[in-house]
Amino acid sequence: MIYGGGVDVGSTQTKAIILSEDRKIVARCLINTGANVSMAAERAFREAATAAGITPESVAYVVGTGYGRYKVNFGNAQITEISCHARGANLLFPKTRTVIDMGGQDAKGIRIGEDGDVKDFVMNDKCAAGTGRFLSNSAETVGLSLDQIGPISLGAKKPVRLSTVCAVFVESDIMSYLAEGKTVPDILGGVHSAIAARTVALVRRVGIDPEITFTGGVSRNIGMVKALEQKLGLPVNVCDDSHYIGAIGAAIFALERAMGGASAGSGKPGQVPAAAPKSSLPIAGAQ
Amino acid sequence: MAQVTPKSDYQGRIHNLQKDMIGRYYANLTAASEGKGKKAIYMLISGNPVELIEAFDMLPVYPEVNALQLAVKKQSLPLILAAEEMGYSTDNCAYVKADVGMYFAGRKTPFATIPEPDLILCNYVGCNVYLQWFEHLGEYSKAPVYNLDVPFFRTPGPEPLAEDINYVVKQLEELIEVLERMSGKSLDYKKLQRIMQLSGETGELWSEIKKLTRERPAPYDAYFDSVMMMAPLYCLRGTEDGLRFFQEAYKEMKQRADNHEGPLPEEKFRVVMEGPPPWPFLRQFRDMFSRWGAVAIASTYSTVGGIWEFGFRHDPQRPLESMARHMLQWNCTNRNFLQRYKQLKDYVDDWGADALVIHSVKSCRLFSAGQGDMREYFTKQLNVPTLLIESDLEDPRYFSEAQLRNRVDAFFESLEHQRTLVKK
Repeated sequence: MIYGGGVDVGSTQTKAIILSEDRKIVARCLINTGANVSMAAERAFREAATAAGITPESVAYVVGTGYGRYKVNFGNAQITEISCHARGANLLFPKTRTVIDMGGQDAKGIRIGEDGDVKDFVMNDKCAAGTGRFLSNSAETVGLSLDQIGPISLGAKKPVRLSTVCAVFVESDIMSYLAEGKTVPDILGGVHSAIAARTVALVRRVGIDPEITFTGGVSRNIGMVKALEQKLGLPVNVCDDSHYIGAIGAAIFALERAMGGASAGSGKPGQVPAAAPKSSLPIAGAQ
Repeated sequence: MAQVTPKSDYQGRIHNLQKDMIGRYYANLTAASEGKGKKAIYMLISGNPVELIEAFDMLPVYPEVNALQLAVKKQSLPLILAAEEMGYSTDNCAYVKADVGMYFAGRKTPFATIPEPDLILCNYVGCNVYLQWFEHLGEYSKAPVYNLDVPFFRTPGPEPLAEDINYVVKQLEELIEVLERMSGKSLDYKKLQRIMQLSGETGELWSEIKKLTRERPAPYDAYFDSVMMMAPLYCLRGTEDGLRFFQEAYKEMKQRADNHEGPLPEEKFRVVMEGPPPWPFLRQFRDMFSRWGAVAIASTYSTVGGIWEFGFRHDPQRPLESMARHMLQWNCTNRNFLQRYKQLKDYVDDWGADALVIHSVKSCRLFSAGQGDMREYFTKQLNVPTLLIESDLEDPRYFSEAQLRNRVDAFFESLEHQRTLVKK
């Protein structure tokens, strides 16, 4: 059996996936990234291998993705999460033409082709407006956890209109609504609606074609799923593994390379794609 | 995994020649600052009428060039902060702030001491912030300010309005009177014509150099290496030295083209670049593209001072009219967006590009506003893969390496993938 590994080192969380050669997910691991990015990547990968009941060495090829992809020292190649999200979404929802990814610090829209190739993409500018950070700051301000705010936002009767999408200034906005006596569901309804509006406007720049697949950590938030669907006027695909889609895409690339197939991007700019020497973790080559 | 970055920039004979010549130019600025040199005329790059300044044996000083040099030498941030302390907004153009900061820090830089202006000539072309910049410099230095009012190239083209040309020519005539009063000498028309001749020949060579990047591989990077040739184009145009530089540059680049030498070991992608470079991080920015084998074969930034590759030449027979045309018509910043689209499209088509990269800068809203539409036009109407990234030309605080690199990597990954699909 040939295995491919994908490690998505995000700004907040690190995800690892191991795929078997028939493209089935055999293991997943999710941990907080923390300060030591290399260690988080290695730990997530090792834990995934353990969960799969295999040794890390028996994973033929590993692709790192996400902001910390260059810290996946034991990996064979690095590929951006844009390519990986596209490919991962294509595996889980083959009819995907648009990916909306919302992570801790990034929001992006990716237009993809039939085989999961990236046609165009757009990302938020250097500002956390419209990202997971906006939601976590909002949650903190109302004294709730990130997991709680999505379901509570669904209870909004008259969502407030926020004057900002700034992840920092949203706190003072929320405080003033609390002082006015607005309810927490109405405030959170406004928070989700503001982010959804901003994200949809961003993604419209690449064009929105169905099906739409929602990926990244924020896709676990049911309030955001509903808010996006409302703004889009279309359903979005989400599943339990939406959060892992970047790592899944990375693992697909890894598997393709391990099996000698085609790939999107060499992942090694300026060099010919090939099984690269590994470091740190002694992993055997393709079996 | 460690990435081996191939040596990416071109460092040939002309590189040294440029260093020598621009070194002498800066020595002239320092001499002027000590009262031992020529009269210093502050001017702006876009459509600069340097020929008139040369005709009166005066010294052109470009605050933009000084500001960008400060950024390259990583000196800009403390000066920007000093200007912000004075009250300049974080949203103001950082060229302005670095220059104002430098002015009040005694005009001393690692490359020259910048002289006080004898005249502040605001050859206002394209940028309305520059009007305020030069007015501020006028107030700080008490030097006289002369504003040229150059209308935008407001006709669809190809020709500007005859009235607009006359309007600018009349102002140049007024400017000549100003310079005559300052120098106590009348304009030597024959000398101006000789200078125009030198500029014309320089423009011809520069135009030919720019066309060499139509070759595969391009002999040099038309964004990152062009900037090396831009300083002589503005600071030395109209002089024998300036002409000699471009004669040597053409010879060297032509030889490289004939030998099929490019700036990278392999030219994998040919891109057109729009927008100024992030000067404080030029090396890091270049490496983001070199890693992918991406070479710029044309750039709009190299035309902000003037566009020569589509036929414009300074004409000794019509000096003032051709200077007016240079300002009105033949520089990138005075053009409207449709004309800018056309210029970019011509590069994509005639130079053979795979993609367009837009580097949008926070400092310059006038130039950057509308680049989102530009991206739409190229991706959706023309089907040219286009990457839009953002940082700044002067302020290091706006450069986020991880974010930029992520976008650049993703862009070239998808281009590479498209290629593998086509090959199949």
